[in-house]
Amino acid sequence: MRRLLGIAAAVALLAPASLARAEDVKGSIQIKGSDTMVNLCQAWAEAFMKKNPNVTVAVTGGGSGTGFAALIARSCDLAAASRAIKPQEIEQAKQKGFTPQEWRVALDGLAVVVHPSNPVKKLTIAQLRDLFTGKITNWSEVGGPNKKITLLSREVNSGTHVYFKENVLGNGPDGKSLEYSPDALLLPSSQAIADEVASNPGAIGYYGMGYLNPNNAAVAVAKDPAGPFVTPSEATVRSGEYPISRPLMFYSPGEPTGAVKVFLDFVLSPDGQRIVHDTDFVPLKTQ
Amino acid sequence: MRDRQWAERLIEVVIYLCGIIAMVAVVLIAIFLAKEGLALFRHVSLLDFLGGRQWYPISEPPRYGILPLILGSCWVTVGAIVLAVPMGVASALFIAEVATGWMRELMKTGIELLAAIPSVVLGFVGMAVVSPVVKAAFHLPTGLTALTGSLILAFMAMPTIVSITEDALTAVPRTYREAALALGATRWQTMSRVLLPAASPGIAAAVMLGVGRVMGETMAGMMLTGNAARIPHSILQPVRTLTATIAAEMGETVRGSEHYAALFAIGLVLLAISFVVNLLAASFLGRRRR
Repeated sequence: MRRLLGIAAAVALLAPASLARAEDVKGSIQIKGSDTMVNLCQAWAEAFMKKNPNVTVAVTGGGSGTGFAALIARSCDLAAASRAIKPQEIEQAKQKGFTPQEWRVALDGLAVVVHPSNPVKKLTIAQLRDLFTGKITNWSEVGGPNKKITLLSREVNSGTHVYFKENVLGNGPDGKSLEYSPDALLLPSSQAIADEVASNPGAIGYYGMGYLNPNNAAVAVAKDPAGPFVTPSEATVRSGEYPISRPLMFYSPGEPTGAVKVFLDFVLSPDGQRIVHDTDFVPLKTQ
Repeated sequence: MRDRQWAERLIEVVIYLCGIIAMVAVVLIAIFLAKEGLALFRHVSLLDFLGGRQWYPISEPPRYGILPLILGSCWVTVGAIVLAVPMGVASALFIAEVATGWMRELMKTGIELLAAIPSVVLGFVGMAVVSPVVKAAFHLPTGLTALTGSLILAFMAMPTIVSITEDALTAVPRTYREAALALGATRWQTMSRVLLPAASPGIAAAVMLGVGRVMGETMAGMMLTGNAARIPHSILQPVRTLTATIAAEMGETVRGSEHYAALFAIGLVLLAISFVVNLLAASFLGRRRR
C-alpha cells in the first residue's frame, strides 16, 4: 500500500513540478532525522538555496527515530531516515490525520572499520555477527594479534544501529533476534566512532561510508567464507555486491506541496544526485 | 494606613503563591512521571525492572533490566565523590581558615567559575584529554570508562562541596577557635580536631548535594563512560548511567510505547534517588542548626 502511494505520488509530482519556476518558490523547509544524512542534507540545502533564494532549508540531526517523532508531531517538513518507518509510527501519523510518504533519495554502504595498523583486512558476515554479539573477544580468533577487541556501536536512537542489528546480527538458530554484546560501547555519533577507531588499535566499529577517512581502515566483507570479499565503494554498493548497504530516504507528511515538492524534485535530479556522489554516498543511478 | 495594610497583605499573598507554585510544580512533575512510568509495570514486574541484568529496549522481546544502569550510575558517582570530597573539603578549609584578602576572593571566584562551565564543554575536554590518559595509564582497551566520567564529574561536584563546606566552617563560632588556640593547639590541630568535627553535619550535607549533582549529570556521562549496559565489576570498565540512557533513547521511542514508559520509570528511579539524597542532606543541615 505504501509503495502504491509512493508511485502515485511520484507520478503526481513529476507532472506539475516541472512547471513551477524557481523564482516562484517561497517558504522554508525543516529537515530533521538521520545523523548519517546530515552532511548530505546540508549539501542539498545549500545548493538548493543558491538556486532558490526565497527558500530557507534548515537541517538538524538526532537520529532517524528523532526525525519520525518530529514528522509525527508536525515539527518538520521532511524526516530524513536511514531505516524504514515502523508500523507503529505510521499508525501514529494516521491518528494525526496523514500518511507518511517514502522517497528513496540515495544509497549508503555501512563500512566496518578498524585501526589502520590492524592486520585483519577481511571478515565474513558470520564473523562480524560473532564479533558484535561478543562470541569472539580477541583479535587472534579472526587472524589478528593477541589483543582484546573493543566493540563500538551507535546508540539505539540511530537508524544505523537498527540496520546493523537487523542485517548483520540477524537471527540466531532459535529464530530470536541476536543482541549486541553488552560490552559494546554505544557512542552518540558516527564521528565519535571514527575518532575512537583512529586512536584505538583494538577497536572495531561501523558507520555510513561518508565517514571513511585515512585514519580508519575499511574491512572487506563477504557473505560467506568462500568470498568474494568486497570493500565498500560506490560501484560495489550500487551493484549490490557489497553486502551491508541500504537505501536512504526522506519521508513527507502526505502529498508534498510548494517548496518541499520542488526540493524533492531537485534532490532526485541529476544535480541533486551529483551532490550525493560528492558527499561520498552512492547516487541511485550511475552518473 | 489602610493602603499600607493592603499592600502588605498583597505582597504576602504573592510570595505565598510563588512558594505554592514551586511546590505544585514538584508534585505535578512527580505525578506526570508516575503516570507515564508506572504503565511499564503492566508488562514488566518491578523486580525484573530493578533487578534485571539486561537492557535491550528495542529487541524482540524487549528486556528492561536497569540493574546495570543503576550500578553504572553508582560507580561513576562513588568515583567522583571519592575524588571530589577530599579536594573540596581541603580547598574549603584553605578558603575559610588560611587564605586572606585577594587570595581568598580569587579562590572563591575561581571555584564558582568552575560551576559555570557547561557540562558538554567539560565532556569535550574529557574526551580529548582525560580519556587517552586513562587508557594509557591503566593499559585499557578503551579510555571511555567509569573512571573517566568520575574524573570529570568530580570537577562538577567540587563547587557545590566547596561552597557548602565553607559555609559550614565559617558558621563554627569564633569561641571554638579561640579556645583551641588558647589551649596551645596548632593551627592544623585546631582545623582537624575542632573545626572539622564541629562542621561535620554541614560537610555531610555538602557531600550529599555533591552526590545529587553527579547522579543527575547527563551529558558528560554520556560522552565519557562508553554507555555499555553491562554490570560493571571495576571502575575501569565502561558503564551506562541512568541519565545517559534517558537522554540517548528518548528520541527514538514511540510515545506511549513500553520503551517510552520504561524511560519514564527510570526517571522515577532517579527522582526517588534524589529525594533520598536531598532528605539526607536536609537532615544533616537540620542537625547542624540544633
